[in-house]
Amino acid sequence: MSRIHRRVKAAVAVTLAAALAVGCSSGSDGPAAGSQDSVDAALKAGGTITYWSWTPSAKDQVAAFEKEFPNVKVNYVNAGTNKEQYTKLQNAIKAGSGAPDVAQIEYYALPQFALTDSLANLDQYGFGAFEKDYAPSTWSSVRVNNGLYGLPQDSGPMALFYNKEVFDAHGIAVPKTWDEYVAAAKKLHTADPGKYLTSDTGDPGFATSMIWQAGGKPFTSDGRNVKVDLADAGTKKWTATWNQLVEGKLLAPIKEWSDDWFRALGDGTIASLVTGAWMPGNFKSSVPGGAGKWAVAPMPTYDGQPVTAENGGSTQSVLKQSGNPALAAAFVRWLNHGNGVKPFIASGGFPATTADLNSPAFLDQADPYFGGQKINQVLNDASKNVAKGWSYLPYQTYANSVFSDTVGKAYLGGTSLDAGLNAWQQAIVDYGNQQGFTVSAG
Amino acid sequence: MATFSVTRPRKSRVLTAVMALYLIYTLVPLVWLVINATKTQPALFTTSGLAFGGPFALFDNIGETFTYDNGIFLRWLGNTLLYVVAGAGGATILATAAGYGLAKYRFPGRRAVFAVVLGAVAVPGTALAVPTFLMFSELGLTNTPLAIIIPSLISPFGLYLIWVYASDAIPDELLEAARIDGAGEIRIFLTVTLRQLAPGIVTVALFTVVSTWNNYFLPLIMLSEPKWYPLTVGLNQWSAQASGAGAQPVYHLVLTGSLLTIVPLVIAFLLMQRYWQSGLSAGSVKQ
Repeated sequence: MSRIHRRVKAAVAVTLAAALAVGCSSGSDGPAAGSQDSVDAALKAGGTITYWSWTPSAKDQVAAFEKEFPNVKVNYVNAGTNKEQYTKLQNAIKAGSGAPDVAQIEYYALPQFALTDSLANLDQYGFGAFEKDYAPSTWSSVRVNNGLYGLPQDSGPMALFYNKEVFDAHGIAVPKTWDEYVAAAKKLHTADPGKYLTSDTGDPGFATSMIWQAGGKPFTSDGRNVKVDLADAGTKKWTATWNQLVEGKLLAPIKEWSDDWFRALGDGTIASLVTGAWMPGNFKSSVPGGAGKWAVAPMPTYDGQPVTAENGGSTQSVLKQSGNPALAAAFVRWLNHGNGVKPFIASGGFPATTADLNSPAFLDQADPYFGGQKINQVLNDASKNVAKGWSYLPYQTYANSVFSDTVGKAYLGGTSLDAGLNAWQQAIVDYGNQQGFTVSAG
Repeated sequence: MATFSVTRPRKSRVLTAVMALYLIYTLVPLVWLVINATKTQPALFTTSGLAFGGPFALFDNIGETFTYDNGIFLRWLGNTLLYVVAGAGGATILATAAGYGLAKYRFPGRRAVFAVVLGAVAVPGTALAVPTFLMFSELGLTNTPLAIIIPSLISPFGLYLIWVYASDAIPDELLEAARIDGAGEIRIFLTVTLRQLAPGIVTVALFTVVSTWNNYFLPLIMLSEPKWYPLTVGLNQWSAQASGAGAQPVYHLVLTGSLLTIVPLVIAFLLMQRYWQSGLSAGSVKQ
């Protein structure tokens, strides 16, 4: 009976990809001060490592790395995109074998793996010294409970992407505040009921980023103890704004990332998007009809003072299961603090390294898709204005997976988001407690 | 006064209209798929979904589907065929042998087997995927083709179907006659039974082929390396990498790949349809 019970419990945990064996999350990684000597030695000795990633630049990066270090073989595997890969990673960790040496992990999912002691703390190799080389918001994303679990690869500071043609045709000025944004949404939809200022069918990544920008800090944790408060001042600030769009049915009822959505972005049905700095590449590849029409402006704020949040972004981490963690760490260092950054930028990625962000070549690049606008200047400003002090849940992937069951109902019915967030909070608290955390609601 | 009979059934306009609507509802996704597989990636996002538009690119798309990412699609196709031949083929053989045995031999525990099989029919394969993963993980078989083939060998529904079919289709007298003629049990199975069971076997083969071909969740959980993916998981990977940060928009390949993926199934249906129809109606009329 207890055996079956254990099986069932384990099964549930694996499916949800958030099985958190909290009992083993002790900070046994030794002193924070380390040196990079062992990493250099491992690189010289060579060997074979496995790397899981789905980024388009990964292949080029691996090829460039192997060319530079011929005695190292990197076995590149695309094990799936984000959630899918996390599930596999979690399964391999649970099973005790089969995990790669290095894996791509998004910032929102990093705490989940870091706090379950599945990742190597890179402080032991002295990577903490690189702090000054990265945008502060991304550095804080790879630091979890004083451990360093990766080097930032890309960042997604948010900005306002808008269809200039539609804005001009309806005499809408680029909104600087959220009040102006809501007013613009009403104006546009009233003037042309077939058009919407933006779309949002309930995306947890977007919601958390918006709460982040509003100054909310709904998730706090020290690993074992978690506090969830999805009704704090910042969250309320966001819902007070966004409720007007949800309840007023001013959001395009078009699912994000669907072919309908791309078409709507191209033909003017959706006239703006507030999203991460990585979006331009998607515009160019998937919204060919929007070329020359779209432009970039700073994200609207509540009081007119510039402030943004991160949306997306990821890092590479060394797995505890790795048979050669020093070599794996050397690869991570090369990817994000060496020659690996170039192929990443070349593939259209938005870097996290300040030297690249501030280089004149990057800033002065006029983008033909955006009518020749130097969009990186706007996006670089955004990366400097990311609100501080945000953290994700230690089981954010699970929380995000139940977002549509809870908050999604508010989107579907056009009712207040606050009730939906309350239901989400309940689900988060219940699940965390079942998984062995001590979760309290704020 | 009745103006209808079995050979001249009464016509119902309402029923016809409802069925016509249902037919359209069923066919629209297929039509959408066929239409959109002929479009280039940019045309996909600029033209209406239910009309042809842009340059006709079906053959370019097919070519690109087979060559994209070093021809991984072909590898996935090969994997799927392997899983279908070994998994569905094995399942059909096992179901046939077991179903026949249960129908025609008397042994203790037969009723218990019946209960277990009926119960197993009710459990969806998806629900078993995670426990199976944990078991295979302990055996060190995850991320190998065996992890897909072995679970596919079990088809309780197929077993049940053969069981029921064999009870009706093979008269006990026939077996007795064979035994009197001196044939052993294995020879009877191979020369007498199999021929009698052919329509049932084809039906079971069709079911297991379709379910193995479409199997998604089990390989998704079991496999981590794309080189072992079947088409379902592979296409989903293409679809997933087509959106999000730094995406490679290959939606046109996802659509063309999906179209190519259903072609073998359509062929299998057309080829086996004849057997299948006679198999389903077997025993429904007493002659």
